[in-house]
Amino acid sequence: MLRAILSDDLPRSRLLSAILVTIVALLALAPLLFGGAQAINTAAKICVFIVLVASYDLLLGYTGIVSFAHTMFYGLGGYGVGLALYGWGATWSAAGAGLAIAVLTGIALAFLIGLFSLRVRAIFFAMITLAVASAFAILAAQFSEFTGGEDGRSFRVPELLRPAYTLTELPIVGAITGRTLAYYLVFVAAVLLFLAALRIVNSPFGRVLQAIRENDFRAEALGYRTVGYRIAANCLAAAMAVLAGGLNALWLRYTGPDTTLSFTIMVDILLMVVIGGMGTMYGAVIGASVFVLAQNYLQKLMAAATQATEAVPVIAHLLHPDRWLLWLGILFVLSVYFFPAGIVGKLRQPMAAGD
Amino acid sequence: MSEPLLTLAGVHTHIGQYHILQGVDFAVPAGAMTVLLGRNGAGKTTTLRTIMGLWKPSRGQVTFAGQPIGGWPAHAIARAGIAYVPETMAVFSDLTVAENMLLAARDGPLEAARLDWVFSFFPALKRFWTQPAGTLSGGQKQMLSIARAVIEPRQLILIDEPTKGIAPVIIENMIGAFRELKRERTTILLVEQNFRFAEALGDWAVVMDDGRIVHRASMAELAGDSATQHRLLGLSLEAHA
Amino acid sequence: MPNAGDPGPSPRGDEQADAAAPMPRARGDYLPVLLLPGLAAAALAIMTWQGVPFSTWVTLTIAALAMGMMIFVIASGLTLVFGLMDVLNFAHGAFIAVGAYLAMTTLIPLAGWVEANSLSLNLLALGLAMLVAMLGSGALGLAFERIIIMPVYGQHLKQILITTGGLIVAEQLIHVVWGGDQKPMPLPTALRGAVIVGNIALEKFRLLAVAIGLIIFFAMLVLLNRSKLGLLIRAGVENGEMVEALGYRIRRLFALVFVAGSALAGLGGTLWALYRETLTASIGSEVIVLVFIVIIIGGLGSVGGCFLGALLVAQMANYTGYLAPKVAIASNILLMVAILMWRPQGLYPVAKR
Repeated sequence: MLRAILSDDLPRSRLLSAILVTIVALLALAPLLFGGAQAINTAAKICVFIVLVASYDLLLGYTGIVSFAHTMFYGLGGYGVGLALYGWGATWSAAGAGLAIAVLTGIALAFLIGLFSLRVRAIFFAMITLAVASAFAILAAQFSEFTGGEDGRSFRVPELLRPAYTLTELPIVGAITGRTLAYYLVFVAAVLLFLAALRIVNSPFGRVLQAIRENDFRAEALGYRTVGYRIAANCLAAAMAVLAGGLNALWLRYTGPDTTLSFTIMVDILLMVVIGGMGTMYGAVIGASVFVLAQNYLQKLMAAATQATEAVPVIAHLLHPDRWLLWLGILFVLSVYFFPAGIVGKLRQPMAAGD
Repeated sequence: MSEPLLTLAGVHTHIGQYHILQGVDFAVPAGAMTVLLGRNGAGKTTTLRTIMGLWKPSRGQVTFAGQPIGGWPAHAIARAGIAYVPETMAVFSDLTVAENMLLAARDGPLEAARLDWVFSFFPALKRFWTQPAGTLSGGQKQMLSIARAVIEPRQLILIDEPTKGIAPVIIENMIGAFRELKRERTTILLVEQNFRFAEALGDWAVVMDDGRIVHRASMAELAGDSATQHRLLGLSLEAHA
Repeated sequence: MPNAGDPGPSPRGDEQADAAAPMPRARGDYLPVLLLPGLAAAALAIMTWQGVPFSTWVTLTIAALAMGMMIFVIASGLTLVFGLMDVLNFAHGAFIAVGAYLAMTTLIPLAGWVEANSLSLNLLALGLAMLVAMLGSGALGLAFERIIIMPVYGQHLKQILITTGGLIVAEQLIHVVWGGDQKPMPLPTALRGAVIVGNIALEKFRLLAVAIGLIIFFAMLVLLNRSKLGLLIRAGVENGEMVEALGYRIRRLFALVFVAGSALAGLGGTLWALYRETLTASIGSEVIVLVFIVIIIGGLGSVGGCFLGALLVAQMANYTGYLAPKVAIASNILLMVAILMWRPQGLYPVAKR
């Protein structure tokens, strides 16, 4: 039955399975285990990123397409839900409508971009997605009366999810508040979406995608309309990213260009998918967890290190927590060179040798 | 028989995960034309590209004029004295015929006498001297490709199917050109499927199949032996003329 | 793939063709060039209709020329690198930024010359700053090419990822060395203000930018068309493998072109920073999207296409920036889409292997 849920795509490594089980368990029990706001925020962020990175892995790892527009779809989801809740009242129907509109728009955009650019060279596609995503980000910031501009929009969520709302009081654990419910909404949705992605990549459709990634000329010769498959992959990945954006908005009760549309987030996604392991799906889980944990707790380390090295300004500057991105970038470059298969790939290696 | 100019010993070439050359052994004697025959997909082009250094051999030795050149970069192999006329001709379309030739004359300026010699068997090149190479017909491009390889004297010329898709009249032209080259004692390794062309010019024949050499003989021997032709190439080469 | 003008082998052989007159040269393809005056005229028509004074249109057009030249300087290196080496360097933005910062640093001790009201001293200072920018960016480019890009030749996916990472690292290092705050980049005194012709104001610096851009463009044309190096580059863009088989070290050519492209990016960055009169670490990222649009429109590997594309994009940015500022960047994307629909490989695609 486990095989069926995981669509026959098992971790294939004891260590990897253990790590995954641990991560899922911690995420499942986060509101009950961890009291502080930061801990549960971290957990929610990991859940959202797992979905976002998995959707990107579908595109990059399985279909071999490099796109810089992924944050655009992420933002679309965030703004769709956020602006709907802001403008139409804090109801489930508003959120649902906003999300539906965002998903449809996202798919339409992905379709157009794919139709247009996937016929031309792959590198064109990367550049075009970069241009389109930049334009989108600028537009979102400019039409500020509608979108809240640079500052974004805060909004209220449906009553069930509000922090003030208390469902019930449990012994030991404490109150089950709206926050808890919101967290479990995010968690369950993330699990379902991840399993759906696993199903997609292990289906015949998914196998064609991988064939296209390996040798699209041959796939075409075998009779598969590669353009069609690529566009479909693009649309699926976009839809999933939109949903991730919607979940993120519901959790943060805020949407804005910095949290969704910035190029930094695109780089973060790239980092997570590369470090975790491209083309594995489980890489998204590992990558997202490693990244978010490092981002939160490593920055504290860096702040301490900066203070400690105050005497040597250059080193202090290099270790300043604002320079988080510098080390990210270096790690990213090193990963592409030395760990092309990511953590998941490394963990699976001994297994493969034994085949 | 003279000392072989080029020797391949146990050469394997992998392209990606495909094992194309699976232990190629043969020698190319100096001053003569050796023809590499074989069906489509036998590995003939891969052999030439491996010799030229465009693909690295994964195993085995390639020796040229006493030097081991396996694994050398292509430009070093070219400078060692090997010229290459690829199947695709690879003329630079945006450049004029003159510019194509200028590039080929890397050891110094274009020598007038040598250029006239080339024009003598490829007159079209003179006429189209200032035209972009992309405007030439297929046969003329082939002439240009060969001319590039001979504008300066080279020890060994690798030629891949020069007559493919070329009109018979041009082929006659080419036979004349190659006879000129042979007169110069240039060593030529020719991949060809047009047996009449091969038979007219070739001194030695080497037959490939499935990435290996399956037969070596002088051209005269092979031409007279229809049974072997049938066995190796699945048809009578005469019929293929 | 048949080339234009190729009739294929005729049954009666080329003797016929040989005897006839040489084949006519492909007609010069000047249709895309008409887009330039076309766009300008359209803008003029719209502005006149909206009652905007003619002088404004002239100012905008000159601004477009200046901006176009600067973008051309930056983009030309990138398009050649891509055409020649099939390498897409997403880190090109880093060279832009580093060049600009180096120029700024050079101008600090030369403040006296910069502030003097003497054109020659100003130009000397600027010239020095630009030289330093080019040398610095060029050096960075060399290091980049050898260390980061060479190991991943031919692997497009990894290239895109790695150069993106390189961009992030470079931008962050700029923060470390120069700080992340916005720096002023004042124009030299004699280049401030405008020259008045009739009732039209022609900004002096913009004229300088146009001049520099034209010099570089013509220098490139001369190099590409009249020197052996240019021959090698043009041949290499078409078929690098054959160039190597002819005995040339194609890798050295790559490195040379990459370094030149990086140096040009540094020069372009300097001009851009002076144009804006401010400088931030993200100057590279600001421009790079426009640069990508330009090289796609122009055709990867084509210097002429890049020149034309840069002018078109600059025109679009300036005219829509005035007429409909909110859609300025989207308008350039629409321009790109429109052109790709007409010519999917760009305006002047290079004949590829």
